[in-house]
Amino acid sequence: MKIRYTSAALLLFSFMSLFIGVSDVSVTDLGHMTPEQVEIMTVSRLPRLLSILIAGASISICGLIMQQLTRNKFVSPTTAGTFDSARLGVLISLLLFTSASPLLKMGVAFAFALMGTFIFMQILDRIKYKDTIFIPLVGLMFGNIISSVTTFFALKHDLVQNMSAWLHGDFSMIMEGRFEMLYLSIPLLGLAFFYADRFTLAGMGEDFAKNLGLKYKQVVNIGLAIVAMITASVVLTVGMIPFLGLIVPNIVTYYYGDHLKKSLVQTAVFGAGFVLICDIIGRVVIYPYEISISLTMGVIGSGIFIYLLMRRRSYAF
Amino acid sequence: MLFKRKILLLLIIAAGLVLAFLFTGVSSNWDYILPRRTVKISAIIVTGAAIAFSTVIFQTITTNRILTPSILGLDSMYLLVQTLVVFFFGSGSIAMMDSQVNYLLSVAAMVLFSFLLFKWLLRRGGNIYLLLLVGIILGTFFSSLSSFMQVLIDPNEFLIVQDKMFASFNNVNTDLLGISVVIMIGSLLYYLPYHKYMDVMALGKDHAVNLGVPYERIIQRLLIVVAVLISVATALVGPVTFLGLLVVNLAHEFLNTFRHNYLLAVSILFSVIALAGGQLIVERVFTFSTTISVLINFIGGIYFIYLLLRENKAW
Amino acid sequence: MVKVLNLFKQYGTRSVVEDVSVSIPKGKITTFIGPNGAGKSTLLSMISRLITKDEGEVKIEGQEINRWKTEDLSKKISILKQSNHIHLRLTIRELVSFGRFPYSKGRLTEEDEVKVEQALDFVALSDMQHKYLDQLSGGQRQRAYIAMVIAQDTEYVLLDEPLNNLDMNHSVQIMKTLSRLVRELGKTVVLVVHDINFASCYSDYIVAMKNGRIVEEGAKEKMIEPAVLNSIYDMDIDIHTINNQKICVYFQ
Repeated sequence: MKIRYTSAALLLFSFMSLFIGVSDVSVTDLGHMTPEQVEIMTVSRLPRLLSILIAGASISICGLIMQQLTRNKFVSPTTAGTFDSARLGVLISLLLFTSASPLLKMGVAFAFALMGTFIFMQILDRIKYKDTIFIPLVGLMFGNIISSVTTFFALKHDLVQNMSAWLHGDFSMIMEGRFEMLYLSIPLLGLAFFYADRFTLAGMGEDFAKNLGLKYKQVVNIGLAIVAMITASVVLTVGMIPFLGLIVPNIVTYYYGDHLKKSLVQTAVFGAGFVLICDIIGRVVIYPYEISISLTMGVIGSGIFIYLLMRRRSYAF
Repeated sequence: MLFKRKILLLLIIAAGLVLAFLFTGVSSNWDYILPRRTVKISAIIVTGAAIAFSTVIFQTITTNRILTPSILGLDSMYLLVQTLVVFFFGSGSIAMMDSQVNYLLSVAAMVLFSFLLFKWLLRRGGNIYLLLLVGIILGTFFSSLSSFMQVLIDPNEFLIVQDKMFASFNNVNTDLLGISVVIMIGSLLYYLPYHKYMDVMALGKDHAVNLGVPYERIIQRLLIVVAVLISVATALVGPVTFLGLLVVNLAHEFLNTFRHNYLLAVSILFSVIALAGGQLIVERVFTFSTTISVLINFIGGIYFIYLLLRENKAW
Repeated sequence: MVKVLNLFKQYGTRSVVEDVSVSIPKGKITTFIGPNGAGKSTLLSMISRLITKDEGEVKIEGQEINRWKTEDLSKKISILKQSNHIHLRLTIRELVSFGRFPYSKGRLTEEDEVKVEQALDFVALSDMQHKYLDQLSGGQRQRAYIAMVIAQDTEYVLLDEPLNNLDMNHSVQIMKTLSRLVRELGKTVVLVVHDINFASCYSDYIVAMKNGRIVEEGAKEKMIEPAVLNSIYDMDIDIHTINNQKICVYFQ
């Protein structure tokens, strides 16, 4: 899996995805597109492609960072309550400020995602039994609890169906003007790259990191903030994308090892490509209808995850 | 004996709440209201007992106090069955109308699912946490499937599924109650021969095997009991995920013992108290604007995070 | 008699125990020694059916271990693992009483109570029998677990690194207790020990393992020899006789 090949494949699929959809735009139309076709491209297809690439890359990197910081291969925004906390944040912002601006929603969602992930880290500190499989279990339960709080308020204010839309990742609603918030992720990814070495060190444990002169707490907090910010922006624009942050880093680090600097770019490219392929599958399978990304990802992702779990058992005891 | 006195105290509180539920807040129309309330309170006792009982067993099997069988993905399985019914047959479908068919369908689907899951994983020699994690992932899979279909269903019909999604004692069918009680008594009888092993099982696998417990066999049987009980409770009133965690941990705090005779009794009593009290609050304070499961998951969830954040040796 | 024949165990592709055959002499202390990862603990766990074997036979009193009813086996052989965390809040006496489970299934008879009493006496914990496990020091806790195994009253007692994390004083206490188990009660004790000098001072029979195989076995006198130890540990070890005990010096 050379980076050259994955990047080339990503480009190819990106190009393909531009020409898949209900309105007819084919490759042969390139160069002499009608105004409607141009509009479809700029209003819908391109934004969709961009959001897929950004969301795929950034959520995968979130997973990678979390796995480094917690030293557990099975921790990710889905299995640490980050997504659920962000969703609770969205709900709270809706309740408190009836017509919240996207930026405000984003802010509240970010605050909640950060808080939720932080609480999860606190719980991790207090658990004595640090079995690799047990920790994601606790994280998933924690997520369930947060969701039950969300449901409590959503039900009281008749927002269950709205919340279910945020639970449910979907790229088909992405259009020009409704996804730009995702751009926020790009500088964050840069920051993640800048901090990559420090995350790797922090992943070796607090004592180890401090011994090497690292500001451990600060590095962990920056990592969590990046994760929370990205998660919040993705929840608001696309919705939850289950398992993504779990699977992609696991596959990539299997080949590239745990040195973040080596695996970061590869994870981003692979994550973007993975989401793109899932999205294309979702668009093609029941054409002209669509299967949303969270369903395709739910099916493919849960399958791969279970496979990873089983494989882990056969050589790591 | 201290334990006996504590149990008596809980018994009195539980009885008081049940009586309060039955006889307060009625001005007239006793003939209509009383039978309905009797059914409701019976459903509460049955569900409460089933959930508390299965959670105690489950935590003993897993030697862990922060796990609950409700996370096995059974809830999602139940939701999926409900959504599928509405999706394929529409809200006016016979299955949705005939609650008995729906009930048996759901229970059968859930028990079958957990049975296959256990069989498959235990045969591969998988550990119990792996089983749970796989269960939970399948749960995510099911719920992503249901939420996808719910978005497809038009909003009116969505409301009907939504009703089914949250536990509610408001529309318990008398016939369902009968079936549930029969199934529960059946699984209790099935459980009885294994009761004597429970205290030893709590020591963990190595100690239990060393002391001559036929471990694998018992785990399999007990997991089936757990699956049946949770399925019955879920299908009867809908999912109440965190009730088990709430009441069993309360029981541990209250008694501080490992003896299952007491643990089981106290957990069941706490469960009845939580449900009966919760239902009273839902009906008389919130006047039905929320449901009991949502209320209990809310309270139970917060209590649980508190437990997790407190230093403890039990997990 | 415990007899192991051509035993194999693999985790994934890694062989942990390979073609091991050994007989454990009755009424003696047998120690398993060898470097880390030699497969000693795995072997002990297979002999006591805590983990399943891939191939081979374990015969206890002539009968294959899988053909024993696990209930009956628990009256014949007992094992104490090195990590025996019990998360329950138990008193010493409650823990030791669990040792009677194979006989009473939880309802203690008069005879059971007597056995529990004796076991507590044997490890000198009678005075503090109502203390909770989490209030004990490491050595006391280990003695409590050993008392539980004594109460189980089995002919064979298997212990996986019982001296792990104990200081010298407690280690000596434990080894003396085990030695009394053999001399006074006629039990057969099998244990895994890391400190070669404890093996030398207390055991009758020594089995040395390396890379999943048995490299040498025999009576203590034959085993505590420079050539033998060199083949096990790949280092030169001086042996001195002090107070009639062979002591190995390997620190330099």
